Amino acid sequence: MKKLLTAAMFAALSPAAAAAQEMSLEDKVNQVFADWTGPFVGFIFRPLPFQVGGVDFPWIVMWLVIAATIFTVYFGVIQVRAFGHAISLVKGDYSDPDDAGEVSHFQALTTALSGTVGLGNIAGVAVAVGIGGPGATFWMILAGLLGMASKFTECTLGVKYRNEYADGSVSGGPMYYMTKGFKERGLPGGKVLAVVFSIFTIGGALGGGNMFQANQAHAQIEGIVGDFSGLITGVIFAIVVFAVIVGGIKSIANVTEKVVPFMGIMYVVCALIILLVNYDQIGWAFGQIWAGAFTGLGVAGGFVGALIQGFKRAAFSNEAGVGSAAIAHSAVRTKEPITEGVVSLLEPFIDTVVICTMTALVITISGVLVMDPASGNFVLNEAGTAIQTVDGSSGVQLTSAAFATGFSWFPYVLAVAVVLFAFSTMISWSYYGLKAWTYLVGEGQAQELAFKIIFCIFIVIGAAAQLGAVIDFSDAMIFAMAVVNITALYFLMPIVKAEMNSYFGRLKSGEIVKHKH
Amino acid sequence: MTETVFVVGIDGSDAGERALAFAKDRAKAVGDCTIVLCYVIEWSPFSFQTPEENEMRHKRREEEISMAHSRVLDPAVAETSKDGVNVIGVVKHGDVAEILDGLAKKHEAAQIIVGRVGVRGLRERVFGGVTGRLVASASVPVTIIP
Repeated sequence: MKKLLTAAMFAALSPAAAAAQEMSLEDKVNQVFADWTGPFVGFIFRPLPFQVGGVDFPWIVMWLVIAATIFTVYFGVIQVRAFGHAISLVKGDYSDPDDAGEVSHFQALTTALSGTVGLGNIAGVAVAVGIGGPGATFWMILAGLLGMASKFTECTLGVKYRNEYADGSVSGGPMYYMTKGFKERGLPGGKVLAVVFSIFTIGGALGGGNMFQANQAHAQIEGIVGDFSGLITGVIFAIVVFAVIVGGIKSIANVTEKVVPFMGIMYVVCALIILLVNYDQIGWAFGQIWAGAFTGLGVAGGFVGALIQGFKRAAFSNEAGVGSAAIAHSAVRTKEPITEGVVSLLEPFIDTVVICTMTALVITISGVLVMDPASGNFVLNEAGTAIQTVDGSSGVQLTSAAFATGFSWFPYVLAVAVVLFAFSTMISWSYYGLKAWTYLVGEGQAQELAFKIIFCIFIVIGAAAQLGAVIDFSDAMIFAMAVVNITALYFLMPIVKAEMNSYFGRLKSGEIVKHKH
Repeated sequence: MTETVFVVGIDGSDAGERALAFAKDRAKAVGDCTIVLCYVIEWSPFSFQTPEENEMRHKRREEEISMAHSRVLDPAVAETSKDGVNVIGVVKHGDVAEILDGLAKKHEAAQIIVGRVGVRGLRERVFGGVTGRLVASASVPVTIIP
């Protein structure tokens, strides 16, 4: 199981690895699936034709980072300029009291956040730091800061081009701005992009947003109570998710809504306490991050290795440029689409710059990474692929071990947190998948029910089977969403710029003022 | 003499009825008086919601408002009006204490009148807490009808 987890996190399991194992039914499924999807997965995670600093560099990472950089420059470092305004908007300073009762900026932001904060922040960071060393954190923070501009772009468009129906409900997301936005600009191909994007979104929702989560949750529960069939976890999860998304059992959703933010806050508080207790080492840890970012401190691939890990994990974690957040944010009721874009730029900040950095600092300070005291460099494991850890753990277990140095009971809390985060991510992605599905097959109760049932079946499969290749394929799907989405964003970014200039112009002239509450 | 305004909070309960009855008596005694009758739908912009709830929120809000009108507010307004007292009916989403005080400020009300509810059910418990907060934060006198 651990092998599967690690492999899934690297998102680079080769079909050959599946063949090497005994050929059980599961393995056969793996084999067939891997043969079919291998070329696609290989394409998404293919390294650039040239090596960077002697290391293979996946083009998809470059694609996300270049896009984020272009948006940052094009919108004049909007993440810095509009940061204060974003906080004002979330606080409700600019909300019209007559709109009370509608979805607030705060609600749209937290709904989107509950879809992204999760395993990426706990497991993904441990993978990044475990392989790329503390230096990966520097690049992760940088990618998070740049990613804020990507979110800003996609979420503004998501609100601007959403569909509002006669019954008052709304549907939004990249498929709508692809079709409507391209039409408005007189560009061809919007419909094609939208269909391709929707297909990838369904794949991503069933895989990364579902099977991967179910799998991780089961692994966590197994880690506490011992080995048992994933079928049990899968069926329980499926029933609970079914009750929420089909049965509309609000009480379960309500509990999750309350508990997940609480877990997130508790996670950050625990990290802060560990950091405060070791306050004398924080300077040293940042020194390690800084030094590691440019030298690598002996990690595999040197500083380029650290850079790839940092960029990759940031992208996996905050989903900037993927297009998923644009679906979540489009429910907000606002006359100014740009305000939702401004609010959404807080998302990569909270997710990556704050939460991921805390995890990385705790791992660095806890001393779970083995260091050679003589050279000050990290000691690599036998295979030379990752830094040796005191107990040989990686992923969630590494984070767990690091936090356990501060609080011995933390692994139990973390297990509960992982399960709940997995659950909330599933709920969010079931919605993203559903929106893509209804875009393709049309809106209607029967169509929606069909997708929801498929979604619940995949939970059982995800928790029960070791479908490494399937999970791998779904990860590739999520990144494939980014390929389509960012392509569309390049064509539509002038629209966002016009909106931005108009809004901030009116804000400056005093036409838009705070409401007194 | 300028018109006197009373802000009255109702929630469909007996306590709300008693508050309104008291307000009507006072209004008749004062003479030139308007009652601002308000039904508050408890709602916070800082709660956590699922994507699906967000999608349906606008529709739900409309339903909540129309239900508040048809079930509680409109009958109360009609009755008050029938008794010969000037009345304005308002339905708002938000925090009860904040909304009632906000209306009092807006209409330059002489006082806010609400009913006190016993601490039997959870809902009443919440409402009881609200009365306390209203008293603590209001900018005009508050009359609580037992």
